[in-house]
Amino acid sequence: MTKELICITCPNSCRISAELGENGTVSVSGNLCPRGEIFASNELTCPKRSLTTTVRTVFGDMPVLPVRTAGEIPKEMIMDAMAVLSGLVIRERVKCGDVVVRSILDTGCDVIATLDL
Amino acid sequence: MKNYDVTVIGGGPGGLAAAISADNAGASTLLIEREARLGGVLKQCIHDGFGVIRFGEKLSGCEYATRLIRELETTGAELMLSTFVSKAEKQRDGYLLTLTSRGGMERVFTKALVLATGCRERTAKQVAIHGTRPAGVFTAGTAQAFLNVRGQMPGKRCVILGSGDIGLIMARRLTLEGARVLGVYEAKPDPSGLMRNISQCLWDFDIPLHLSKTVTTVHGDERVEAVTVAEVDEKMRPIAGTEEYIPCDTLILSVGLIPENELAESLGVPLDKKTKGPFCDQSYMTLVDGVFSCGNTLHVSDLADYVSESGDAAGRRAASYARRERSLLPVNISRDFSYVVPQYLDPEADLSETVFFFRTAAERKKTKLRILLDGVEIKQKQYNGLRPPEMERIPFDLSGAGLTKDSKLELLMEEVRS
Ligand SMILES: Cc1cc2nc3c(=O)[nH]c(=O)nc-3n(C[C@H](O)[C@H](O)[C@H](O)COP(=O)(O)OP(=O)(O)OC[C@H]3O[C@@H](n4cnc5c(N)ncnc54)[C@H](O)[C@@H]3O)c2cc1C
Ligand code: SF4
Repeated sequence: MTKELICITCPNSCRISAELGENGTVSVSGNLCPRGEIFASNELTCPKRSLTTTVRTVFGDMPVLPVRTAGEIPKEMIMDAMAVLSGLVIRERVKCGDVVVRSILDTGCDVIATLDL
Repeated sequence: MKNYDVTVIGGGPGGLAAAISADNAGASTLLIEREARLGGVLKQCIHDGFGVIRFGEKLSGCEYATRLIRELETTGAELMLSTFVSKAEKQRDGYLLTLTSRGGMERVFTKALVLATGCRERTAKQVAIHGTRPAGVFTAGTAQAFLNVRGQMPGKRCVILGSGDIGLIMARRLTLEGARVLGVYEAKPDPSGLMRNISQCLWDFDIPLHLSKTVTTVHGDERVEAVTVAEVDEKMRPIAGTEEYIPCDTLILSVGLIPENELAESLGVPLDKKTKGPFCDQSYMTLVDGVFSCGNTLHVSDLADYVSESGDAAGRRAASYARRERSLLPVNISRDFSYVVPQYLDPEADLSETVFFFRTAAERKKTKLRILLDGVEIKQKQYNGLRPPEMERIPFDLSGAGLTKDSKLELLMEEVRS
């Protein structure tokens, strides 16, 4: 079965047709660069996304701190990761790039601050 | 009175880049921002996708701004925060600016001016919706600031009108935070946001996108209780009998951005009806000598990276600005284009780093773009497809092309049959 995908790796937004072969190989067309192939094969086997959100803080000048996963996590874990982060309160000043959660949900992926607090 | 070579108004990704490059080029530089913090709109853009072009990394808007702010801190550019430029007046050798801040009023003089005041959102007033004006109607940017800066949920059951990128990003954001986004309604037959945002913000979360449908009425006295949506015909008129009543507590409008150009207009800078920003040449100088424009003030970009690119160039060129007569050559475009920036070229100024930005007027399949000089093709580029929401960029070294003030430069599109 062929799947029509939009590559979200870079702003080019290539429209990719991808097909999962019987032996697990993925054939793709429409991608302008090799990263599109990686995206498409992940999409068919184990889709991944980065997560960007905010976490609460105790500081009045910045009640919420923007954060993101330092890499991508499996797409189906996004809502669970949100649940972890919505229970978190930042009590110390941090800098842009500092780790606020190490390896969220054991994905190996840290959650980092994206602004100076 | 303080005196500068270059003053940049606006501390978003356009103005930050302009101030950095003007300072690097040796000009005495002042950057003025009306808010308490630098970063412009990027302060509330917590999502990623920024910086792929400029930094080769996928950053959030906040991180992108932080990088530029750190870079600015290494320069000698002077900074005035919480300061509003309330007036700009032309004088013989430059511009006199009136600044308002908590400390009172102040004046500064500058030889060259870079306008980097960004854009604002179209509001409910600019789209025809009937009914009351209860609480719970937000522009997408206001909802974004509520949630991402103040940490407050705008509502629980949301309808989004317009498929602009900020609305798509907010559809995902609200869903992540536990709200129900009932649907995104777009009056046009095609989505106006980028395909990647349709994919990662709507499809990923099973949020329906309804094309050729619009919100006709808002219901509710104090708070939004429901909206009526209806199909529209090709003239965007609602079709009787297609109405649907949708209970919700929030309506979010994502119906487009308009460049902010009050200061430019007060200086008599002519604006392009299409871009709603100033006409400019390849140095980003407007038709008023010494006034430069960059970023979303000039034309609304899809990428902050392009905004900063125009800031880099505007700041550098403003730093070397010296008064002289310009004879500008118009860049002619066929009707297939929505617009091109720059709209003019100055044959006497550096043409080596000319960059054309354009949008197509309508969605197109395989297309060849051709640039003709006096009827002879000097460049062509092929596109697999062109869509109005996607801005295209063509860097083109025109320094050896032999342009004079009497040349004729044209941009054309041709269909490519496969
Ligand atoms: C709500 C919203 C969300 C957006 N989301 C995205 C996105 O997700 N991705 C993306 O690439 N683009 C997004 N954009 C477009 C975004 O505006 C640009 O990418 C980029 O931020 C524009 O940069 P800029 O420097 O031109 O303007 P801005 O970032 O708007 O900066 C302009 C600055 O000028 C200041 N200013 C204005 N007038 C004056 C004055 N008279 N005196 C002093 N200071 C003044 C303002 O306070 C502001 O800080 C969004 C735009 C809006 C409105
Ligand atoms: S395939 Fe390559 S060029 Fe196309 S969107 Fe993906 S990363 Fe970008």
